[in-house]
Amino acid sequence: MRSRFRPPFGLTLAAVAAVLFLHIPLLLIGLYAFTTEETAYTFPPPGLTTRWFLEAFQRADLWSALTLSLKVATITTLISLALGVLAAFAVHHGKFIGKEAITFLVILPIALPGIVTGIALRSALKMMSLEFSFWTIVLGHVTFCIVTIYNNVIARLRRTGFSIVEASMDLGADTFQTFRYVILPTIASALLAGGMLAFSLSFDEVIVTTFTAGQQATLPIWILAQLSRPRDRPVTNVVAFFVIIITTLPILLAYRLTRQDEEVQ
Amino acid sequence: MALSSSTFDHANARKASIGRRFSRYFHRHPRLSILLLLALPLLWLGAVYFGSLGALVLQSFFHYDSYSGHVLPQLTGENYLELLSPSNLSIVLRTTSMAVAVTLASALLAFPLAYYSVRYAKGRTKALLYLAVILPLWSSYIVRVYSWKLILAREGIISWFLAQLGMTQLLENVLKLPGIGGASLSMSMLGMWMVFVYIWLPYMILPIHAALERVPKTLLEASGDLGARPGQTFWKVTLPLALPGVVAGSIFTFSLTLGDFIIPGTIGNSSLFIGQAVLRHQGTAGNIPLAAALTVVPMAVMAVYLVIARRLGAFDAL
Repeated sequence: MRSRFRPPFGLTLAAVAAVLFLHIPLLLIGLYAFTTEETAYTFPPPGLTTRWFLEAFQRADLWSALTLSLKVATITTLISLALGVLAAFAVHHGKFIGKEAITFLVILPIALPGIVTGIALRSALKMMSLEFSFWTIVLGHVTFCIVTIYNNVIARLRRTGFSIVEASMDLGADTFQTFRYVILPTIASALLAGGMLAFSLSFDEVIVTTFTAGQQATLPIWILAQLSRPRDRPVTNVVAFFVIIITTLPILLAYRLTRQDEEVQ
Repeated sequence: MALSSSTFDHANARKASIGRRFSRYFHRHPRLSILLLLALPLLWLGAVYFGSLGALVLQSFFHYDSYSGHVLPQLTGENYLELLSPSNLSIVLRTTSMAVAVTLASALLAFPLAYYSVRYAKGRTKALLYLAVILPLWSSYIVRVYSWKLILAREGIISWFLAQLGMTQLLENVLKLPGIGGASLSMSMLGMWMVFVYIWLPYMILPIHAALERVPKTLLEASGDLGARPGQTFWKVTLPLALPGVVAGSIFTFSLTLGDFIIPGTIGNSSLFIGQAVLRHQGTAGNIPLAAALTVVPMAVMAVYLVIARRLGAFDAL
């Protein structure tokens, strides 16, 4: 539905305003990481400095939060990849009762507010008297990360169809060979895209994590603590800036991967 | 020829590797292979996740002994009755009104951008606009909330901007309004509403964009050929066809606002939202039954909402 006419001025203005609204806050994060102001959020910043980067770099609590977040995101991504691929294959290839229910079950954790998932898992853990640990965080994250892999893989499978798998089997390959040499190369970029989205989803998840982390602090939990009791404003600004950078890169990469995919189609 | 081929098959079968035998077995037993594929995902999502949800709903019917702080597994409806107490009712009402206000504002902001992108943007501009929407969507939620702490602060950019325009007094007056005002923007409902709209806006833009993309060009041409002015075509053809997209987007903005406890805890005054109340009840008091009953509220509201949305055809626009 493309128009030959020029857009009305009001429409252009509203569109530009919405884009600015979405992006000015992120740009401000970039600016405040360099401010010399220590105790307030003064705009414009009275001066610019890079000393907070060095200070943040030397903070042990930040490093441990960062490593925990990276570890959780890595393990979460790996488990979600396995489970997401399995579910996508079952739903795509199989004919069975309750197929709709599987799709529903995969989507449910992101459709329901995070607090519901969080409190449900927390009370279940307590009921079984399990201690909060690294694995309880992963347990929560995987539930809502499976969907990113599942969606990407099933979209790819729908486009490629089952014929190449049948062709491979007809030519004498067994299930594992077919998976290794035919299916895996076809879904590789979908896996990469889904995996990167899962990674960034897990890396900055905070709502479910508050319920399943116990005393451990992931990087978003560390920021959350600063939100309610701002003690290290300049360092928090630097951390916020860093998080934006580290999550933007996988998103851009995932976007490139899925876009190439569409162009091929 | 047929004979030799079958002999070959036999020889091959005898030599068949373990992998080959496995794949034949699975091929002949499709149900077993589906079961094997689904076992782990089902264990995780079905048993762990869905099981926990079920247990939570069950606990909302349990009795909480406020003297001992123990939860007793006696079925009772008292937690739901307690939801109707004035203080809890006002929490539910406050949260739902905020969700409605956020949804309306998101739809109004999202539509022009989606419409512009589908109707007028081409090639690179279109790709850039798409990226401009998905980048904030996927980037850090907590950092995006934090950025508004900087923006809404008394010494922040909004106050500075209004001061440049000589409109500081206007802001002061708005903040004096009952209900939406507060000591400063970051301590007002107005500020909280802005943050909610900012955080959930991309979830509204994408479904509207998808719905608009699906409006057939031929319909618009037909409308024009039959003598409709562009404005008429927009109101009578484009908008009704894009409506399922708006409803689909509102599922997200509505549900996400209902369950959030971080934004009301960071911005705004001390009046509670559903999420905060849940957090408080399950925290120090250990009143899981009441907390569970409170989380059933957003679940129930969303269930009703989804049924209506499905009737309006929003699921095709997801």
